[in-house]
Order: sequence, then structure tokens, then C-alpha cells
Amino acid sequence: MKKMFALLMALVMVLALCSSAAAEDLIKVGFAQVGHESDWRNANTENYKGVFTAENGYELSFVDCDNDNAVQLEAVRSFIEQDLDYIIIAPIETAGWNTVLAEAKDAGIPVIIADRNVDADPSEYTTRVGTDMVKEGETAGLWLAEYMAGAEANILVIEGTVGSSAALGRSEGFNNIAKDHPEWKIIDSQSGDFTQAGGQQVMESFLKSYPGQFNVVVCHNDNEAYGAMDAMDAAGVTYGVDGDVILISYDATKAGLTYTLEGKINCNVECNPIQAAFVKEVIEKLEAGEAVEAFTLVVDEAFVAPGITSQYATTMTAELLAARPY
Amino acid sequence: MKIKRAIKKITGMQMFLPIASMLLVMAVNIIYDVSNGNAVFNFFTISLRNGVLFGRIIDILNRGSEVAILAIGMTLVVSAAAGADISVGSVMSLAGGMCCMLLAGFGNANVSQYAVPLWVGLVAGLAIACLCGAFNGYLVSYLNIQPMVATLILFSAGRAIGLLLCNSTIVYVRVPSFQFLGGYFWMLPTPIIIAAACVLVMSLILKHTALGMYIQSVGINKNAARIAGFKSRRIIFTAFVISGLCAGIAGLVATSRIYSADTNNIGLNMELDAILAVALGGNSLGGGKFRLAGSIVGAYTIQAITTTLYALGISSAQAPVFKAVIVILIVTIQSPAVTAYFERRAVAKALRANKEAMRV
Repeated sequence: MKKMFALLMALVMVLALCSSAAAEDLIKVGFAQVGHESDWRNANTENYKGVFTAENGYELSFVDCDNDNAVQLEAVRSFIEQDLDYIIIAPIETAGWNTVLAEAKDAGIPVIIADRNVDADPSEYTTRVGTDMVKEGETAGLWLAEYMAGAEANILVIEGTVGSSAALGRSEGFNNIAKDHPEWKIIDSQSGDFTQAGGQQVMESFLKSYPGQFNVVVCHNDNEAYGAMDAMDAAGVTYGVDGDVILISYDATKAGLTYTLEGKINCNVECNPIQAAFVKEVIEKLEAGEAVEAFTLVVDEAFVAPGITSQYATTMTAELLAARPY
Repeated sequence: MKIKRAIKKITGMQMFLPIASMLLVMAVNIIYDVSNGNAVFNFFTISLRNGVLFGRIIDILNRGSEVAILAIGMTLVVSAAAGADISVGSVMSLAGGMCCMLLAGFGNANVSQYAVPLWVGLVAGLAIACLCGAFNGYLVSYLNIQPMVATLILFSAGRAIGLLLCNSTIVYVRVPSFQFLGGYFWMLPTPIIIAAACVLVMSLILKHTALGMYIQSVGINKNAARIAGFKSRRIIFTAFVISGLCAGIAGLVATSRIYSADTNNIGLNMELDAILAVALGGNSLGGGKFRLAGSIVGAYTIQAITTTLYALGISSAQAPVFKAVIVILIVTIQSPAVTAYFERRAVAKALRANKEAMRV
């Protein structure tokens, strides 16, 4: 039902495109988006729609692929058939892109891989714009090292979905820093599937397995952190700036940063959905005939609770929170 | 001889195998705790912490509530229609979405006061779940569509409708009273009480009305039951409505736990756990005779496996493999071929004993 709807929407959009043959001077950009599975994704979509506007000189064909790989491949093919000027893909799956990338190359259309990565040689597409999950993990690790200042850390990790690039990257980055700190011990690491219910259940279990034996909890996204907070509240364990447990989270959504401002999450590392400006910059360079880098990093900031100052993170304020777009 | 007879009496009980399987799963923890130098019954200790009961057993009862509630409806559907209701997970999500959408007001993603009274949201959530059950029931009983196919519709559409209701975002209702269903009542997690109440009500209905007999008769032979004067269609329809209601209750509990309608994730894959619960309880998925108690024990067995895997600290990537192995073992122990083998052995032994007695 959902897929049918998405297909129908795609069809309507394609028809709408065919009918609007006017506006020759606009740069035509096709964007095959992953879907609408999270607040993060919706913020990402809104950002693209806000940047690639007619006022800025762009005509954006947007397709929501609803997490369906086949729909996404079709969307990209239809972009090629319409002979758009640029194609942006936020890949759902990493594998299986070679054929369609070759088709785009044959048609002479530059392809920009956004957000996630693909399993293809960088020569098969023009450039890539995205965040670096490993770097996010390293940022969290560096902040913790600075905050602990050599003190012992017994760490519990609530991972994201097993095998997801975010979970793998954030673990890898954090472990890179942890291995230089013999005074740190990662006691256990379990998956909470990026959900609040998952975070609750894993934390409930941790509280029984390691009562009073840990002082740091790392959650791979904000939703899991909310769950961990629920579980610690129920068990009477204190966390945050004034508590016994240091809580680290990723994503830095508005709700997550609200907790950071309240001092409940010590450090929240951003995964920036505001990527369209970086893509636009790349397209402008290509339009001007300049060379572009193989990979443009979308910078992720980190935010810490009031009362903490860090060289790796910004201290949270109410003004900062109000200015956040998502 | 007396002890032997007592053992025989226990092993001969209908519920022996499901309960034994559950205890076996939990026994793994004793071995683990002993080998790790913990207290022998570390896994089973229940203490009072922060004013509420705290322990692994409480976790199993608490986290297993949703599946236990689903298993009630699933047992009836399996028995009456000889097929599963695979829409329950999606219906859970839809009920939660409906409830939160009303409580927050459409389009709001984060509220700290109700837009409508709490009971309106809860009743609407249950109502839409019953409606889903009725839709499934109509397709199966009156249009004679196979249960798996009929419920496949809401399996995929239910969650999508929930997403539409919630405007494709997670709707948070941050009001303390909304967290009651998934929170604590006095010292006990409320989900445990709700699950217990659901089981109690259904067992009373089955005991004091003929519903159970009707459902089993229809499940054994639909046409024979009809000729014998049962309204087969209406009975199957009723089973699906009850399953929908159960999914609604489970959905509201799951939603209340996280005080938000996470429509993408609430009840995800839970239909499979509910079906597994029915099977682990020693019920035939081919319909007919059923034991509600078996399904409930099955539901908590599944949660006992999950909690045990957490307690053992098995990595999330490997956990599904262990879960599969345990399930295979339990299902095999309860399979007709294995039970028949043990029965044959018992009979042969009795015969031998008899013969020897004759010789003397």
C-alpha cells in the first residue's frame, strides 16, 4: 500500500515535470531521497527543498523512495531519461549501484552521492557529500578523555541497529580513542535498535548485570538515550552533570539537545542533516567548470551541557537550541 | 514408588512441557552465575529499589506483557481459523498512533498537555484496533479468504495508516498520567497487571461461557460445527475481533512505555513472537484444540530467552542464532514424533514390568 502510494507519487511528479517544460534557465536537479523514516530524515528533506528553490536558480525533482531500493533505482533511471543536469542520490543500500551509475555516466550527467556511502569505485560517480560516522565516534571519545582527565571510566554502550553504518562507524571511532586509554574499560555493548523501547530494555538489563559498576553510558542515538534515561530513572540511578553516570548521545536532535541543555545528557554529538548547502556548493563549482574534491565532509559539531567547557564541543545555551532548525 | 508416581503425575500433566522448557531456559542462568562466582540465584533475586520491584524475573514479566496479551488473541484465531493473524504488530502501532494523535492534536509532535481527555485517546485506540480485527474477521469468515492473506493487508497498511495519522513523525505525549499504562502501579510495573488482568478475564470467559468450546469445534471442523448448529462464521469473526482488541491493548502499553507513538517501531515483528508463543505453548497451528495457559507460558518463555541473552552478555549480532537454537530445541522436545517416542518407551517398559510380574 505504502509502496503503491510512493510509486504513484513518483509518477505524478514525473508527469508534472514533463508538463513544465518552461523555465529553461533553471538548473535541473533530481534528488532520490531514502524515505521519511525519522525526524532526522525529514529535516534533511526540508533542507534540500529549502535550498534548491527556483529563487536560487534550481528546479528540484524530489522522489521519496520510502526505503525501497527498487524504487530508488527507478527514480534515478527516470532522472537519466529526463536528462536532468545533476542527480543527487542518498543511497538506501550500499551495494548494487554500478549499472545505474554507468548509465548516468554514459548520459553525461554528474552524480552526487549524498549522506550515506555506496559500494562503488569513486571514479563511477562525480563526488560524495556526507558526514563521517567514525569521526563522530572519535569526537565523543576525545570529549570523554578530556572530561575524565585520566580518571577511570567503566563504559556501557547501547549500540544502534546491528550492521548499520552509523552503529559501525560510531563504535569504530569511539574504540579508536578508547584503545589509547588503558584506564577505560568497555564493560558491555548491546544493540537497542536505535529505538527508545530498545534503549529502555537494554539499560534495564545493564542495571542488573553491572549494578554500580559503571560510570559512563554511550547511546548511539538520542532515542536510545531517552530509553536509557527512563530505565535509570526507574531504578533511581542519577545521570548527567549532577549525576553519577556520564551520558553520551549522538544525533543532537532538538529534543536531545533540550536534555543536554537541562544537563541530563552530558555530551551530544551531532549528525548534521543540514547538508544541502554543501551539495549546492559542489554543484556551483561544477557549473563553473572547477574541479571538486572526491569527498566533501559535512561538519558535525558536538554539544555539551551547561557548566562544561570543551575544546571539542560547544557549550549548550537556550539561544543555540532556539536556533536549531530540527 | 511413591516418588516415581508423583514424577509421572507431574510429567503427565498437559502443561508440563511448556513450563519445563521455560524453566530450562532460566536454569541456564544458574550455571552462568555459578561459573562467574555470582550468587547461585542471582538471576532470580528480586529486590526493592527506588520504591519498585527490581530484578530479572520482573523484567521478564514486564517486557513479556505485550506478547502475552497478543498471544491471547492469537490463540483464539489460530484455533478457530487454523491460520495466524499476522496484522497484530501493525495494529499495535496503529492503535498507539491513533491514541497519541488524538491526545496531542493532529500535526503536533511534542506536547505536554492533552488536547482531548486521556480516556478519549485510549478508547479511540482500542476502537480502531477492534475495527481492524473486525475487518480481518469479515474477510476470513464471510469472504472465506485465508487468514494469512486477509491479515496481510493490514500487516502492511496498518503501520502506514499509523504513520499518516502521526504525520510521519514520532508524536510525544509528555504527560505523567499517560505513562501510567507502561509505568508502575504501587510496586509493580503496570504492564504485568494489565497482562494478568487480560489473561484472567479471558480464562473466566472461557470457563464460564461456551466460547472456548465453540471456537475449538469450529477449528476442528467448520462445516460439521455449522451443521451441528454453531454459527461458524460469527465465531471466527469474534475470534478476530478479540485478537484486534488484544493488539490494541498491547499497542497502548507499548506506546505508554515510551510516552510516544513511534509508529515505525512499535510492535515491529511482534506478530511473529505471538505466533511463536502459541506454538511454544504446545498448541497446534492447524487449529482446533487449544490451551490458553500454554500460549501465555510460551510468551514469557520468549521473553525469558531475550532477557537471558542480555544477562549472559551475548553480543547483539549473535543473539538471533542462540535464540533460534533454543527455539528449535523447545519445539523439537514438544513435537508429536518425540512425545510419541517417549510414550512408546513408557508403554514398552510397562509391558516388560508386567511380563516379569507374570513370570514371578
